[in-house]
Amino acid sequence: MTSTTAPTLNRISRAGSLLRARELGIGIVIVIVFGLTTLHNHAFASEHSVQQLLAGAALVALLGVGETLVIVTRNVDLSVGSVLGLSAYLVGDLFVHYPHMPVILGFVTGTAIGAGIGAINGLITTVTRVPSLVVTLAALYIVRGVDAVIVNGKQTDPTSIPRSFQAVGYETIFGVPWLAVVVAVVIAITGYAMRSFRSSRDLYAIGSNPDAAALAGLPVGRRVFTAFVVSGALAGLGGALFLAEFATINATGGTGYELLVISAVVVGGVAIFGGSGTVLGAALGALLLNTINQALVASRISSFWNQAIAGALLLGAIAFDRWLGLRVSRRLQSAKGERHVV
Amino acid sequence: MTANHAATASPGPIGDAPLLELVHATKSFGAVKALEDGSVRLYAGEAHALVGENGAGKSTLVKILAGVHHPDSGELLIGGVRTTLNGPAASRAAGVSIIYQEPTLFPDLSIAENIFVGRQILGKGRQIDRTAMRRRADAAFGRLGVALDPNRLARGLSVADQQIVEIAKAISFNARVIVMDEPTAALSSVEVDRLFAVVRALRADNTAVLFISHRLEEVFAICQRVTIMRDGRFVRTAPVEELTIDDIIRSMVGRDLDTLFPKTETAPGAEVLDVSRLTREGVFTDVSFTVRRGEIVGLSGLVGAGRTEVARAIFGIDRYDAGRVTVGGKLLPNGSPIAAMDAGIAFVPEDRRLQGLVTDMAIDHNVALASLGRLRWHGLISRTRERDLAADWAVKLRLKFGRLKDPVSTLSGGNQQKVVLSKWLARNPTLLIVDEPTRGIDVGTKAEVHRLLDALVSQGVAVLMISSELPEILGMADRILVLREGRLVAEMPRDTATEAAIMRAATGQSVGSAA
Repeated sequence: MTSTTAPTLNRISRAGSLLRARELGIGIVIVIVFGLTTLHNHAFASEHSVQQLLAGAALVALLGVGETLVIVTRNVDLSVGSVLGLSAYLVGDLFVHYPHMPVILGFVTGTAIGAGIGAINGLITTVTRVPSLVVTLAALYIVRGVDAVIVNGKQTDPTSIPRSFQAVGYETIFGVPWLAVVVAVVIAITGYAMRSFRSSRDLYAIGSNPDAAALAGLPVGRRVFTAFVVSGALAGLGGALFLAEFATINATGGTGYELLVISAVVVGGVAIFGGSGTVLGAALGALLLNTINQALVASRISSFWNQAIAGALLLGAIAFDRWLGLRVSRRLQSAKGERHVV
Repeated sequence: MTANHAATASPGPIGDAPLLELVHATKSFGAVKALEDGSVRLYAGEAHALVGENGAGKSTLVKILAGVHHPDSGELLIGGVRTTLNGPAASRAAGVSIIYQEPTLFPDLSIAENIFVGRQILGKGRQIDRTAMRRRADAAFGRLGVALDPNRLARGLSVADQQIVEIAKAISFNARVIVMDEPTAALSSVEVDRLFAVVRALRADNTAVLFISHRLEEVFAICQRVTIMRDGRFVRTAPVEELTIDDIIRSMVGRDLDTLFPKTETAPGAEVLDVSRLTREGVFTDVSFTVRRGEIVGLSGLVGAGRTEVARAIFGIDRYDAGRVTVGGKLLPNGSPIAAMDAGIAFVPEDRRLQGLVTDMAIDHNVALASLGRLRWHGLISRTRERDLAADWAVKLRLKFGRLKDPVSTLSGGNQQKVVLSKWLARNPTLLIVDEPTRGIDVGTKAEVHRLLDALVSQGVAVLMISSELPEILGMADRILVLREGRLVAEMPRDTATEAAIMRAATGQSVGSAA
């Protein structure tokens, strides 16, 4: 039997590495889109344009990191856009009242606000076992409603936001936008943790087979709760960064972000029903969507096409996943031709 | 021979104390006694078979060992110490691992990660040490003598390989007792051989293996002792060399046939259903039989032998690959339940909650569900006709209910089954297929269902009845067909059929028994 299984194994691990190379695939597509557009319009490759590509993708990528943690557990967090909006306004309001507050406190506060809402989402989802789709859809509206009440038609005054805080939103370091640097650090830390720690491997196990995860004695509730807290915290941090970038915040900041984020995550190869995917993939998905967006502008194609193309890309990503999955299982089946099914 | 306990009269093959001992365990679910005397004693280094008919209580016993069920009474000794298992984790910690027929792995994780899920080997800074995990997994596979790559994803592994991964996991837990619940049911013969080699390797490591199988020749091939159960009770434990296959079968079925079943003799009429050489690749092969007016044909066989699958193919739920089905002389198209219903077939499925009823919907809606065409009034469903139909059948079948508007989920199991029967009988079928018609319903209602089937056949309906309960089959059926591994292996008339003959055919022990 050893001799008959050996070739099978080689074929399977090749298929496996193909799956793992999903990030590489997205990277290649980004390069192709970038290259083709540059041929058309040389300004696309200018320093300023590239900075815009990175900065524009940064917030969606940041939220995508948190969303990845949640989706990997076979849940979803629809509240991230609202959380970003509320956090942005509250942090701005804080600076209005305490103009001399240390800049770092602005980011800490934003993160804490998000983590708090994430904790509520996580608690309701794990305790009541109401599907997270419903729980976070409710949170999307509630948080946005609370935001509207607090904002009450006003907007933050950009002059009361400290310069040094705003600098994170538009300055660069060695030519790289600070926004992108912050997000890259978050991706690096989270990506590393998702590979190397027991608790994060549990997230994959839970999403891959929830029943078996419970039977294996994994703390399913606690892990899912933590994923929601991280997702909320990153959305809150995103709010602070949003404030730094735009300074003028009203009650509509971050509206619709949740769908952008989920699109990026799925395009980035995170399985929508959990179990697989990486934060790096999700971030690259965000970069790809933004690159296409900007490429349309640079190619003077009507930006009306933008959404249609994003949608087509989403379908393409999912179709590719299905095709890959079918191909792998077909290979495995043919390798086990004589097994009879009962 | 020192028998210090009646339940385990035969001492172990090895002199030492047993690794695990279950004594007089009982377990009831509501009014149903699933286990009345679960007793088994396992010694280090033995492969111990647990055999019994469907419903003999084997699964309940396994679930007690798995920590899933808590016995109502009786005791469990592990390593001579009285133990209470609170959940699967406790069972594992006590050194007991269960290998289920279809293991549930994490498809998106690697094999090594599946083995060490939740307790990954940690290196510096509490990081997962993948190299060490890989090495340990390789070592476990080495001990079992199989080649599997710990780095590949579990997605797409064959059932046989999944079982091996589970066994490797058990070894990594230092399990002393490994329970295999019908592991060979879905394996090819090559894979069975490999599993047996693994069992031998486990025995050499002084692990006790409890091996559950319906295939008695496997019991003789791999096990040293066998424990036989019947009707939730321990019957006997004996070394395999002291028994013949016939002895085991006799112990498995040896009970008096109760006279609960009122089947009256009827003279069968014209042929209603003719199934000819029906084949669905890998599921059933070359199945041919007929059912006539006024006749109950019983379809018997072990769970997984393909009984339900044949019925589903006849009714058009699943497509078949070859053969044909004729009803009343007319060829039935493949894969069309609508055509089957139009031809007069009704199908009462095995699982009424999942397949037979819309449990949240009202009783009257459920009864009317298969007859909506007849209840039309100017293209709309007439509520009055719907209610009348349901009320009519409620009386005929003596349904016990509050109001017809109540959801079906408020009824007892037996009354739910009556609703399913009403739904199909309302169509006045010429052929009624019933799959496990009395599973999980109380004795009184069971007798009513049997009386109803009896009344139907005397009115000329043809009935094809699938049942795992041999007394039911023997009491009700005019003719009995036995399926084994997707093939029709025996056909016996009512007067010559016995439980032993059916079991022999179902487990593949003899061919001469079919008269």
